[in-house]
Amino acid sequence: MTGFTELTGKAAPLDQANIDTDQIIPKQFLTGVTRSGYGKHLFHDWRYLDLHEQELNPEFTLTQEKHKGAKVLLSRENFGCGSSREHAPWALADFGFGCIIATSLADIFYSNCINNQLLPIALSSNIMDDLFEHVASNPDVIFHIDLPNQTVRVGESSYKFEIAQHHKQNMIKGLDAIGQTLDFDESISAFEKNRAAWL
Amino acid sequence: MAQTIYDKVWNAHIVEQLGEDTLLYIDRHLIHEVTTPQAFAGLNENNRKVRRPDLTFGTMDHSISTRSLALDACGPQNKLQLQTLADNCAAHNIQLYPVGHKNQGIVHVIGPQLGLIHPGMTVVCGDSHTATHGAFGALAFGIGTSQVEHVLATQTLKQSKAKSMKIEVAGKLPIGVTAKDIILAIIGKIGHAGATGYVIEYCGEAISELSMEQRMTICNMSIEAGAKAGLISPDQKTIDYLKEKDFAPSKEHWDDAVSYWQSLTTDSDAIFDTVVTLQAKDIQPQITWGTNPGQVIGINQAIPSPDDFDDPIEKESAVKALKYMGLEAGQTWDNVKVSHVFIGSCTNSRIEDLRAAAKVAASGKVKSHITAIVVPGSVAVKEQAEKEALDVIFKAAGFEWRLPGCSMCLGMNDDVLQPGDRCASTSNRNFEGRQGRGSRTHLVSPEMAVAAALTGSFADSRQFGE
Repeated sequence: MTGFTELTGKAAPLDQANIDTDQIIPKQFLTGVTRSGYGKHLFHDWRYLDLHEQELNPEFTLTQEKHKGAKVLLSRENFGCGSSREHAPWALADFGFGCIIATSLADIFYSNCINNQLLPIALSSNIMDDLFEHVASNPDVIFHIDLPNQTVRVGESSYKFEIAQHHKQNMIKGLDAIGQTLDFDESISAFEKNRAAWL
Repeated sequence: MAQTIYDKVWNAHIVEQLGEDTLLYIDRHLIHEVTTPQAFAGLNENNRKVRRPDLTFGTMDHSISTRSLALDACGPQNKLQLQTLADNCAAHNIQLYPVGHKNQGIVHVIGPQLGLIHPGMTVVCGDSHTATHGAFGALAFGIGTSQVEHVLATQTLKQSKAKSMKIEVAGKLPIGVTAKDIILAIIGKIGHAGATGYVIEYCGEAISELSMEQRMTICNMSIEAGAKAGLISPDQKTIDYLKEKDFAPSKEHWDDAVSYWQSLTTDSDAIFDTVVTLQAKDIQPQITWGTNPGQVIGINQAIPSPDDFDDPIEKESAVKALKYMGLEAGQTWDNVKVSHVFIGSCTNSRIEDLRAAAKVAASGKVKSHITAIVVPGSVAVKEQAEKEALDVIFKAAGFEWRLPGCSMCLGMNDDVLQPGDRCASTSNRNFEGRQGRGSRTHLVSPEMAVAAALTGSFADSRQFGE
């Protein structure tokens, strides 16, 4: 995997709390056996007026011309709640997003994002108000996401965000998490020798 | 230092401490067709093996038909995914319980039923309802597909420790109020994201008095409050439940296992990051009115108005939810007509759920305009129910009696609702479109679901069945 350091692009606003993974990618698209091709089904129920994805809903944020090509998605509390389906970050990334900024993100969704080089950022409710305001007044405003410095810059404003160091390093270096763990093979084997006899 | 059960299970599984991260050993890995194909593909691409196929168990549940045992009954794409699981399990020597096998069923129903889950274990599955297994005092949580691949390859997972939350349900539960009502009331109190970043320990008299299956219902929905996991300390009921199950410790090790399990209680002076208390006597049969499980009220309460909420986000969520659900503020439940009833899912499809539902079903008939289905959680549950002639009661009342699977909880098969359909459902999520685009889901207990089927609208199940 390639590493993530910086991202520059427009942001699309989904000003709503509790956006669950069933909205991000509904169940009928979970029957795939590969990781690719989920972007066209992203937010299916909101984005399309029909079941066959022929007719776009012109009122939905992501179909509006002014938000085309956005690389950052803005949302509110508890983004990505619900199912553990990794198809959610696969769909968001395949659609073109590289970063999700929300007031808070659900735990499993957050890990799934990290494992897919999709940067999840949680910022306070007040800062989110500012970010939504930036996009409302100028949909073309450019967001600069700087992971090494942990900042989101928009116009003259700059906001610091928190991320666990190990998540940060894995994102930046694009490390193979399994390969890293396999380096501890001896420790794992030693642990296994001491497991209870009934397990 | 005084420890919680979460601390004890966590500490017993540390392989390596890596700064703020911990490499945890995983005792049990449950797998199913939907969240594993890409994980096995990743292993194959990197020439990696499954480290412990003996600790890994698979079943088919999410995308299978509940009308036919044929893998292609729900179309070629579903069949390909099911066949891929079968091929991957065969190639990696993993025990699979496919459609047609006596041990097949919903992954969170068969795990406990087979004795695969013991107190003190770490348990993972690519499914957010893995918290179900916390009922045994196991640390059980849902993971994504990349993590499934990580566990397959290493039998470990890197984790940061969550905060701890104690939820005490004090006193005795009123008669006719169920485990489902307890967990819905808890989520209603703390909110849909109220436990994000936490592992919950449920305790108190009302929890201790629950059977193992009822405890599974409680722990199952921990994720619906955002929790990483939810668990309950093992006690004599846990030990009795496990005795003589297929994968319980053998006779030779039984006493050692039991004495270890008995040590898995939270020390009396342990400190939790957050403590929440509910009085069991205040809990009524619950129904969700909105589009997340935290939007829930009692059967005797009227549908709320957005003005009832001070928080602007909750207020706006309520406006959206009422519109989507086709409900009006102030409406009473007897005026909310249902078109479908679903009894099943990893929350409420076990034998005790079906017994409780059948008891209510015996007192009437499903209204003619309602489609009502009962989907047992596993082949074993189905067979036991048939032995007790519960299927006869359901069919006589007008319910369809189906084959085991996840079914209408998420509608990955053909058990899908149409726009505008309104369903009384014993499942766990009432999200927009969860059971089919434009469909409306109300989460309830099995007894309440049957009461809705017999009445045609929502009714208090306590007035039936005696």
